[in-house]
Order: sequence, then structure tokens, then C-alpha cells
Amino acid sequence: MIDNRFVLLNKKDNVFVCCKQILAGESTNLEEVDVAMTVDITVGHKIARKAISKGEKIIKYGVSIGSAIKGISFGEHVHMHNIKSDYIASHTRQSRTEEEL
Amino acid sequence: MKGFLRADGRKGIRNIVLVTYLVECAHHVARAIVNDSASDNVQLVGFPGCYPNDYSLKIMEGLCTHPNVAGVLIVSLGCEGFNREQLSNTVKVSGRAVETLVIQQSGGTKKTIAAGLERVNELLVTAQQTEIVPMHMNELVVGTICGGSDGTSGIGANPAVGHCFDRLIEQDAICIFEETGELIGCEQIMAERAITPELGEEIMQSVEKAEQYYTQMGYGSFAPGNAEGGLSTQEEKSMGAYAKSGSSKIHGLIKPGDIPSQGGLYLMDVVPDGDPLYGFPNIVDSAEIVEMIASGSHLILFTTGRGSVVGSAISPVIKVCANPETYENLSDDMDINAGKVINGEATVEQVGDEIYQLVSQVAEGKQSKSEELGHQEFVLTYKKFQPIGPSCLPTVR
Repeated sequence: MIDNRFVLLNKKDNVFVCCKQILAGESTNLEEVDVAMTVDITVGHKIARKAISKGEKIIKYGVSIGSAIKGISFGEHVHMHNIKSDYIASHTRQSRTEEEL
Repeated sequence: MKGFLRADGRKGIRNIVLVTYLVECAHHVARAIVNDSASDNVQLVGFPGCYPNDYSLKIMEGLCTHPNVAGVLIVSLGCEGFNREQLSNTVKVSGRAVETLVIQQSGGTKKTIAAGLERVNELLVTAQQTEIVPMHMNELVVGTICGGSDGTSGIGANPAVGHCFDRLIEQDAICIFEETGELIGCEQIMAERAITPELGEEIMQSVEKAEQYYTQMGYGSFAPGNAEGGLSTQEEKSMGAYAKSGSSKIHGLIKPGDIPSQGGLYLMDVVPDGDPLYGFPNIVDSAEIVEMIASGSHLILFTTGRGSVVGSAISPVIKVCANPETYENLSDDMDINAGKVINGEATVEQVGDEIYQLVSQVAEGKQSKSEELGHQEFVLTYKKFQPIGPSCLPTVR
């Protein structure tokens, strides 16, 4: 069972996707475990379904969408600050990421 | 369903008179003619550059002989490099009415606008005489694109379009999906869906080409809004985008302006061949929409999460919105609320069926939201392509 603010897209996934905004400090119950959000999580963003170690693949839709560049704890926001593409770097409005291109 | 029968046998769902300028210097005159005509059925397209380009000519030929187009007014400055004689001849051979005005030979701006308006009014009269005949799903070409994607796109809107595509292909319609650069990471699974192993190999190579090209450009096909919406990597965006293709076999790999002749699912390779020459493969979504229309798309299914509002000249664009918050915010622009999926109010199949219904209605003449709002965006720039390889369009089914 998970909170209806999150969805598990594939049973192989190690991330949940947010369906409804949840604010920092609010708690949720994910597969029988309580966890508090450390940052605001908005619709479409991901949080870790389990602890993920550096270098481990991030699985969404049942397939790899990149690799962890640092350890990620259970319930933590999973995004560009802690994962990277295995193909080509992503960029933000400010600048390119410093990953190799 | 009814269609406008063209002399070349193709059938359109709209009956448009196209005004096309062949260089930026003729843009103002062409736009004035379109504005003065005050008809939604007179639409503006054009090419900005002065240097000739085979790709742009091919795309412009595809647009001017599109089944939704009844007649064409070409507006040239006179000294630009665009091959206006070939364009005019291609339109003529297709049986469509075509007129050319050269500003330098027509007495300048005012006189060309006045002459253009006269020609357009004549073309509209000719267009109204077009025979209307029964048209079937197997004569329909539908393209799909995603723009302003976010973390919801791959959950609601894209798989729903995929379901709609599966239903259209069951009826033997032609469905086109694209942007190999937004399919980086999906090459293996796509190749496995190809109807022949050789086609699968071509698909693998096209995605590899995209990856190399984008790497040289320094950016993937990944906009800041994608990241704000929760997408972290190119392959995450790709997996979401890929869902638009549904589950049918892939029947062929085409390049912009190639027109499939048999029903089925086609991947469009939009990344130029050779070393990067003119910049990004497609500078913006509208450039991709134009390419799919040049390949015969009667209408376009556009999925969005962040909320794109664009439409297009020539073919209606239907907006499928994946993000429930965006839908609420931009509901005047959105045709379909696929946010119902993420809210648990509808299944992907239900939303896909809704899209299918709307495709039929829009094909029958109902205006899509972007059409109603007057969106007729158009972008065409320089590119370079080699023809597709012999394995790209297998004839076996």
C-alpha cells in the first residue's frame, strides 16, 4: 500500500512518482513504512522507494533512467542533484550541468 | 467521415489555401495577403533563408501538396535561392491550383499585396468547388509529438495516445511518431518491435546518430521545464515519450517529407545526416509538427505536461494534457484531460478511447482548441538528409 499522493509505475521500480504535491515536513506511508519529506515534492517528481547506493541504476517504468551519483535514502527526492543520465547530460535554465558531455 | 478529394487521389480533412513566402524578405507581403483575406482557410507558411536547401524544398513541396491543401499562392521576392519554379511545378503536377507572385516583378509591396489578395480569392472559389467524398480511417495519417513534457507525461497522456494509435492502426491508419533524440535509451526495445531485423538495425543506427548529434550540440533534447516538472534525465524523458507509440509493430523508418503508403506505425528520423551543419536538429516543437505534416499527417496529437499552447498551419493539433494542475490552469487550450489518469479518475485506455473519438470528430470537421484559438505556428529551417536506406520501408506485413 502506498499513499495516494504517489504511484508505483512498475513493480521493478526503485522510485515512486508524485501525483499530488506533498510539502516538506509532511509524512507519508510507503509500503508500510513511515517517512517524512525533507523538501517539497511536486507532481511528476520522484522519491526513492528504498535506499539507493552511489552508482546504482534508477529504475522507472521497469527500466533504467540513469544512475545515482551519490547515496540516496529511502523517501528522498530523486532528481538531477543525485542522479545522472547514462547517455547525455541534462541542462537547466541557469547553465549546463558540469557532467561530461 | 468525409474528405476533400484532390486531383492526385489524396483526401483531406480541411480545405486550405496556402500562402507561402520563399524568403524572409517576402514574409511581410505574404502575411498581409493572409491577414487581408480574413479567412481561417487562408494560412501562412514560409521559409526564411536566402540560400537554397534540398530539405526545405522537399518539405515545402510536401506541405503545398498536402491533402488538406486545395491551392497555393507562392510569394517570392525574386532574387532568393529557393527553387520556386520546381515548387510551383510540383504543386501543378499534383493537380492543385497554384499562382506565383514575384515582388520585384509585381511593382513592390502594395501592388503585390493587392494582386495576392485577388489570387487568394480566386483560389478560395476554386477550393469551394472541391468534391467531398467518403473517407475512411485507413486513409487517415496521424502524427504525434510531445512538448513541454514533465513527470506526468509518461503516465497519462503518452500511453493514452499510444492506446489511440493502436486503435487507429487496427483500422489500418498511418501513425507517425518521432524525435529519435527523445528516444535515446529506447533503441533496443524499439528495434525489437520492427517488422524486420534489418529495419530494427536501421532504428538502432538512427538513435545512435541522434545521440552523437546531440552530444556534439552540447545539449540533449531536454528543456529546463522538463527538469522543473520532475524529469531528471534524457532516458527518463525518452521512456515517457516512447509510450506515445503504443504497442503495434513498427512498420518503417521515414525521414521528414517521406510519405508512407501503407497503414501502420512509422518512426520519423528527424536528426540530420552527417556532421552537425545547421545547428539543433529541430529548434522547437513546431519544426517537428511541420515535418510530420509534410509527411502527410492530417492531424497531430500533441501531449504536454507543462502546458504547450501551440497549434499549426495546415493540420489541426489536438492537445492532450497529462498534468491535472496544468489542465486546470490552461483548460481553454487543452482538448483532452489525461490528468484524470494520475488522479485515478480514469484509466489510460479510457482516455485513449476519448482521444480516438476526438480524432474522428476533428477529422469530420470539428475544430480543435488550438484551431479555434487561431494558432497556426510554423517553423522551417535548414537541414540536410540522405535518403532512407533500402531496409527502412519493408513491404512485408
